[in-house]
Amino acid sequence: MSMTHDPPKAAVPALDFGAAWTYAPAPEATDHVKIKPRHELFIDGSWQAPRSGRYFDSISPSSEAKLTEVAEASEADVDAAVSAARRAYEQVWSRMKPLERGKYIYRIARRIQEKARELAVAESLDGGKPIKESRDVDIPLAAAHFFYYAGWADKLDHAFPGSNPRPLGVAGQVIPWNFPLLMAAWKIAPALACGNTVVLKPAETTPLTALMLAEIFREVDLPPGVVNIITGAGATGAALVRHPGVDKVAFTGSTAVGKQIQKSLAGSRKKLTLELGGKAANIVFADAPIDQAIEGIIGGIFFNQGHVCCAGSRLLVEESVHDLVVRKLKDRMATLRLGDPLDKNTDVGAINSRMQLEKIRELVAAGEQEGAERFSAPCPLPPRGFWFPPTIFTNVSLSHRIAREEIFGPVLSILTFRTPEEALEKANNTFYGLSAGIWTDKGAKLFWMANRLRAGVVWGNTYNKFDPTSPFGGYKESGFGREGGKAGLLPYLEVNG
Amino acid sequence: MAMVSSPRGGPYALPFRSPPVDQVYVEERAVALGKRSIKKETKVAGLRLAVRMMDLTTLEGKDSPGKVRSLCAKALRPLDTDPTIGPVGAVCVYPNMVPVAVEALKGSGVHVASVATAFPSGLSPLPIKLEDVRRAVDFGADEIDMVIDRGAMLSGEYARVYDEIAQTKEACGAAHLKVILETGELGTYDTVRHASDIAMAAGADFIKTSTGKITPAATPAVTLVMLEAIRDFFYATGRRIGMKPAGGIRTAKQALHYLVIVKETLGDAWLTPDLFRFGASTLLNDVLMQLEKERTGAYQGQDYFSKD
Amino acid sequence: MNSELDATPAASLAVATQAELQTPAPTERRRLRVQKTYKMFAGGQFIRSESGRYFQVTDVSGATTGEAENIPLASRKDGRDAVKIAHGAWAGWSGKTAYNRGQILYRLGEVMEARAAELAHDLHRSLGLSGDLARAEVEASIDRVLSFAGWSDKFQALLCSSNPVAGPHFNFSVPEPMGVVATLAPRRPSLLGLVSAILPALVAGNTCVVLASEEDPRTALSFCECVATSDVPAGVLNVLTGKASEVAPHLARHQEVAALDLWTEDDALARQLEELAVGTVKRVRRRTPSTIDFSSSSLESLATIERFVEMKTVWHPVGV
Repeated sequence: MSMTHDPPKAAVPALDFGAAWTYAPAPEATDHVKIKPRHELFIDGSWQAPRSGRYFDSISPSSEAKLTEVAEASEADVDAAVSAARRAYEQVWSRMKPLERGKYIYRIARRIQEKARELAVAESLDGGKPIKESRDVDIPLAAAHFFYYAGWADKLDHAFPGSNPRPLGVAGQVIPWNFPLLMAAWKIAPALACGNTVVLKPAETTPLTALMLAEIFREVDLPPGVVNIITGAGATGAALVRHPGVDKVAFTGSTAVGKQIQKSLAGSRKKLTLELGGKAANIVFADAPIDQAIEGIIGGIFFNQGHVCCAGSRLLVEESVHDLVVRKLKDRMATLRLGDPLDKNTDVGAINSRMQLEKIRELVAAGEQEGAERFSAPCPLPPRGFWFPPTIFTNVSLSHRIAREEIFGPVLSILTFRTPEEALEKANNTFYGLSAGIWTDKGAKLFWMANRLRAGVVWGNTYNKFDPTSPFGGYKESGFGREGGKAGLLPYLEVNG
Repeated sequence: MAMVSSPRGGPYALPFRSPPVDQVYVEERAVALGKRSIKKETKVAGLRLAVRMMDLTTLEGKDSPGKVRSLCAKALRPLDTDPTIGPVGAVCVYPNMVPVAVEALKGSGVHVASVATAFPSGLSPLPIKLEDVRRAVDFGADEIDMVIDRGAMLSGEYARVYDEIAQTKEACGAAHLKVILETGELGTYDTVRHASDIAMAAGADFIKTSTGKITPAATPAVTLVMLEAIRDFFYATGRRIGMKPAGGIRTAKQALHYLVIVKETLGDAWLTPDLFRFGASTLLNDVLMQLEKERTGAYQGQDYFSKD
Repeated sequence: MNSELDATPAASLAVATQAELQTPAPTERRRLRVQKTYKMFAGGQFIRSESGRYFQVTDVSGATTGEAENIPLASRKDGRDAVKIAHGAWAGWSGKTAYNRGQILYRLGEVMEARAAELAHDLHRSLGLSGDLARAEVEASIDRVLSFAGWSDKFQALLCSSNPVAGPHFNFSVPEPMGVVATLAPRRPSLLGLVSAILPALVAGNTCVVLASEEDPRTALSFCECVATSDVPAGVLNVLTGKASEVAPHLARHQEVAALDLWTEDDALARQLEELAVGTVKRVRRRTPSTIDFSSSSLESLATIERFVEMKTVWHPVGV
């Protein structure tokens, strides 16, 4: 901290996370990653130039340097992709023996594992997330997701006995920029296992790994048209979900866009899954394992720069431990390393886009204006790229915008409570319902809370854990339908009853 | 957990209840800290620091003056070809070997640590354990590594654990007291945390994981739990208590992992031999080999390093 | 079903005439029949519309053929009030043990059995169903209620899962109720359709606001009398009568409605309601009654309940 600040009060001893032993840069090598200068659309098993003739740049948010240019799919391209998916569905994929379908999906999983290193580098370059996360979380989980659903392909009758489960047809899927490859896996794997074919649109700021995944589909000889990957912005996504040849729509992204999609599908009888925003309460009781709770709070809000729909963005702390928790959080934040996403020691990477950075800045300014007290980690920000320091707000009230709106950035709002009832009421006092965290050493209290929290995922004494076997999805305006586990099959099947 | 009160009283009040520790998350955090990539100058600086933090230890029945003198020579000049490396923090021996070590290390600044209090079990009458301490101090030890009564800890006699530490501290006089919890026998991180709190409240200058006679000895996770206890004690009192993981630390990579844990839990102030020590007998040569590898670029062979 | 309906008026009339014959002989002083005032059902009470409006339904069969009865014409505010009541009843209903909910729904079946003749009579005079058909529908409805009563403490075990995550965590998923379900009941069959629509939602722990069949609101209200005299807590089931097109849009926009269950042939209305549901990202279920075989046991399947639950997944570390 700057020397001009007032010295700390003598009575309060402070830890010093200074420069006594600093870590040298440890950049992940990039020489094995070849990024093509231009990417076409992946339709019917081949790379096709966009009928629009238009391309847009994909830049690295940590350097603002152009990585590649990507085709912009027009309505005609969407139509071609949906038609290819329809043909593949009718002629190949729905007729294939389920176990054979599964074998293709297994192949995909294996290829992702083989290419894990380059996929991780590409993910961090394209999206700005720390390499340790893309390496240890995104890519391994993406492979695991394909591996998991591959095994379901021939077991659907066991999942829904007596219900004659059958595929829906063509799935149109639109995914966000926060976990680009992982979200592609969450969408594609169950759709294929259930016998559907796919047209997937990755986010316009992070198309790279989905396009690399398309290359994997070619390498594993996935029949043409079974998965089509088309790039573009909102208009492309809108054309896809509205296309009459699409039987099923799956979307992950903001609640605002989710509502547009739900509305555009009204009366269409298309099956819909929405995985939308959140404003999760992470609830810390005084009897919690506090030091582990601190890790859960830190991971809950700063993992992936807070670009996580289930981020624990509202910290509810029992009043008696509020000061201790805040102090520990500040000390812990002093150790967070922000910077080059490719540095293996980076904890907090770049904000995904300029637009997102501006949204974060706006809400943080609103927090300050509304009287909440801001503390940002004392980490220097790189001169180029989009960055925001890990930030916490104390003195937050439920009525503050930063306590109600999803910031989708590394910003935590801290509120207090006195009794479990009050914690529950505050936690549920939101129109979102994706996730929640509970920290307490008392099992009965944990389950009392877990039963009453209106959220699709409840983490007890842990946070931000994901697994292909574990269903994920929200209550209320956080969306509907589940991804992961047996429950993740249902959105891609028709069943009797 | 009950409040521990000592009939003699201690210098600090114990927390009413030690906070619980979640095994899964603390182990996850310890593993995550092990993933820091420590390269180049950071690695060299860390390993040089690790040498100076080492309590070079021999605690065998067959220890002899010759063995101890040889160890002291290594302590003073770990690497014959490079006088800028070392010396180590201390030499740690049994009480009877203290005079030999004191003689060998005279004037060097290298501390002489002695285990005492009926090491390693601690299962002797308290007066005998205290006499053990006094004799070691009389012999010239300036650091005493005591063991707590694990049986008392596990049977809920917290006041007795506290008293024994407090009395040992008194018997140490000016010598620094390191309190060995023998974490491998305590069963849970909760008990480790509780024992850490008791030891610090009763006057420990350092808390130490293990005797080296029990497996598991030091682990990154148990060290992290103890460092978190030290942090809370610092928050409450402003006093800095030292930490000594001991046993099972054999490689330079492990040593760097521990340094990362200290750095990111307690910060810069603890990155000193005054507040952090490694209890180890075989770690030193691996650290030296890695330092030489960094200096020369060539992978090193064991025969090029003295095995004192 | 329609053809059967057409084929049977004579038979049903005969049955009704039999019933009339059992009344006191014409030579004695004829007793004036006490007419029933039909009221909507909300919060455990029988109420008129706050608007004071009503509409008429005419008996199509039986001794009362041609008689018209006044049925409350629910207003937007009746809808609002019913949602408030259902929302208030939700915590209590979902908080009951599954065993208890099962017993309550079984009790509903018992009461329906006792009032079977009355329910059949309502179907007969409202829709012209023959006595046999009316009785068959009532019996099927009772059996459906019993089937769902039995599901009460079983569906959870079939829908839940213990998820073998790759790490030191215990992870499980359990079904939970959604909250208030707003139901557009099928026009026909008016009783079996109503029961088929609401029981899956109720057994899962949801509370319901139902817009009864516009064609036959009376049977639905008689059914409510069964509900009222069983042990179903007040507010768990609320039945309004009137025009779906008038009230349903307000239910579709109401922020305290979690799900819409639309059993309707009216595509335009369904589309409108689906669009309005977007405001709070409601779960919308759509059924086309004319395509459904209501006698099928698939309407008693697990999948029917699954439509009205949310899956909650809970993680916890396993350690010491």
